[in-house]
Amino acid sequence: MTETAPAPANDTGHKMSAKNVNVFYGSTQAIRDVSIDIDMDHVTAFIGPSGCGKSTFLRTLNRMNDTVASARVEGDIRLDGEDIYSPSMDVVQLRARVGMVFQKPNPFPKSIYENVAYGPRIHGLAASKADMDGIVERSLKRAGLWEEVKDRLSDSGTALSGGQQQRLCIARAIAVDPEVILMDEPCSALDPIATAKIEELIHELRGRYAIVIVTHNMQQAARVSQRTAFFHLGTLVEYGVTDDIFTNPRQERTKDYITGRYG
Amino acid sequence: MSPFALLFLIAGLGLIAWLTARARAMRFDRGGAKRLHSLPSQHGWYVAMWTVLPALLFLAVWGSVSPGLVREAVMQHPAAKQLPAFDFEREALLGEASRIAHTPGAKAFDPLAEQLAEPTRAAEKRYGWTGTAAAILLAFAGGAFAFTRIRAGFRARSRVERAVMLILLVASLIAILTTLGIFLSLLWESLRFFGQVSVFDFLFGTHWSPQVIDPADPGASLGAVPLFWGTFFIGAVIAMIVAIPFGLMSAIYLTQYAAPRVRRWMKPILEILAGVPTVVYGYFAALTVAPAVRDLAVSLGMTYASSESALAAGLVMGVMIIPFVSSMADDSIAAVPAAMRDGSLAMGATTSETIRRVLLPAALPGVVAGVLLAVSRAIGETMIVVMAASGAATITLNPFESATTVTKQIVDLLTGEAEFDSPKTLAAFALGLTLFVVTLLLNIVALAVVKRYREAYE
Ligand SMILES: Nc1ncnc2c1ncn2[C@@H]1O[C@H](COP(=O)(O)OP(=O)(O)OP(=O)(O)O)[C@@H](O)[C@H]1O
Ligand SMILES: [Mg+2]
Repeated sequence: MTETAPAPANDTGHKMSAKNVNVFYGSTQAIRDVSIDIDMDHVTAFIGPSGCGKSTFLRTLNRMNDTVASARVEGDIRLDGEDIYSPSMDVVQLRARVGMVFQKPNPFPKSIYENVAYGPRIHGLAASKADMDGIVERSLKRAGLWEEVKDRLSDSGTALSGGQQQRLCIARAIAVDPEVILMDEPCSALDPIATAKIEELIHELRGRYAIVIVTHNMQQAARVSQRTAFFHLGTLVEYGVTDDIFTNPRQERTKDYITGRYG
Repeated sequence: MSPFALLFLIAGLGLIAWLTARARAMRFDRGGAKRLHSLPSQHGWYVAMWTVLPALLFLAVWGSVSPGLVREAVMQHPAAKQLPAFDFEREALLGEASRIAHTPGAKAFDPLAEQLAEPTRAAEKRYGWTGTAAAILLAFAGGAFAFTRIRAGFRARSRVERAVMLILLVASLIAILTTLGIFLSLLWESLRFFGQVSVFDFLFGTHWSPQVIDPADPGASLGAVPLFWGTFFIGAVIAMIVAIPFGLMSAIYLTQYAAPRVRRWMKPILEILAGVPTVVYGYFAALTVAPAVRDLAVSLGMTYASSESALAAGLVMGVMIIPFVSSMADDSIAAVPAAMRDGSLAMGATTSETIRRVLLPAALPGVVAGVLLAVSRAIGETMIVVMAASGAATITLNPFESATTVTKQIVDLLTGEAEFDSPKTLAAFALGLTLFVVTLLLNIVALAVVKRYREAYE
């Protein structure tokens, strides 16, 4: 596996690094020449106006764009120095290493336990029932949901509240022990209290996983992230330390956007 | 006046009413108001409706009353005293009299009919003219009434709207009432049947041989269990063993794997299959599949194999049902939110794992409902079994043996010489009623499942 192989020459030391990425839907270009590095101990926020390509770019990082027939990705994206679009890369393994949480909570219509056990089952991570119980419990604990659901693991995942469902989806994603977690507006369907819980959770998960979060909420980006990338019309306008971006943006467009003068 | 000419006349009156009323509405004194509540043509429609509808309604009623009145008048004739008392002959004579009355120069077999022809003609003429006159009068009266009502502020628009709504309501009720009527007549004939044969004998008896019925105990040879079994075996077991896997797999292929281009031509072809007349499938079953199945059975050492095997009918019926199952399954798989599929793929599941573990379980209620509807179609299917299934009622688990179905027996019972009072003929109605009830239940359950399932995702 990769740990034993010598680090490739182009290993930059970043968890993920994208170079000159272009994405097309049919003949229209949604992402233009984006280069960005994602690091392990940081939460990286993607911000930008609606339709600027944040989700599209996020989905190139775990090849979810493969599921869109018209999408085509160009450029070089690496995970630990390994080209994730190379033919030798196994998408199944990639997605196990780069997990994803969606905008709308999408638990499977199965029990809470089965939702969390889904990934480990597919990837054969548990040798026994006891193993699986351990994984489920650990994942739910990390997602901050254990105390709320430990007595009703066999209830349907869809019967939970929206915020609980989203934390269940996070638990589901971390059950396969990913290295990177991509979150696409994970709080946009939630109320402020549930949102605060998720943000708190992101704080706790930081360091263990590289986290990328797409958000429309400036305060949220400022609260949870250490790095912020501002996208506009498919290009990456500015990328840097979150505090700098919010207090001292170098680009006029960034400034207009974060001060709400954009439009 | 012929009915056709009369309808034409009434329509003409309606047109005149429409034109007059519209012309009048155009000249209304608007009294300073910028707009009338209703457009002139709507005033026209209002008066035209009042002209046409009451007259038509009257004609519909009259059409059902006047034969009775004619009959009454003919019976007053002295010659009618000689009519035979027995219903059937009396009807025949009166019918003949009416026929002579209508066809000039026709000869009668019976002098009595000849005598009654003249009074029949007279009475029909008299009542015909009465009806025509009344209808025209009503058209005029209705039109005049409506015409006096329209004025500048009159809300013709709303009235016309309401009338249109009523007409649509009646149109939609007709289908429902017809179904109800069919059900009631089935029920009525079945009750007559159960007056002669006990429900218990019919539903639980295992001996079916309507050709030889013991008049003392008709129930002994009218036990429908072999038919129920045959219907179930052919329609719900053999046909479904074919239709469910193939229908499901084609739905999975079409929704999950097929490129949009492939889907664009494959789905319509499947749907065309659903429109092939069942008699064509029947040919196919009887002429191609049945001999092949028998040959297979013989080569397997079953020398007794029937060329009207349950297997042949069931296989072809299954093929017929495939597009139906496929399209129901397609709909319910497509109704599973894309977020489910994405969620699973993002966990690193492959497409087939996603289908097996997420999509199918989520779509299961819809698929089950589709299968129930498919079963209800299969057990009501007639043509294939009439052509390919056997007439012999046997209870067997061997698909190479012959089996018969409820629909096949209904056809057999009602064709051929029919006495409408015999238990043999009436049994057809009891079978029909049973089939109707079972199909209805299957449909209700399926619809309930689908409804529950839809709610789960909204
Ligand atoms: N499946 C698709 N097919 C074609 N075009 C698409 C598809 N998905 C997105 N696009 C287009 O790509 C561009 C970027 O979309 P994307 O969803 O990445 O924006 P976004 O920044 O995530 O917006 P939002 O903040 O509203 O979620 C848009 O112009 C969009 O119309
Ligand atoms: Mg988006």
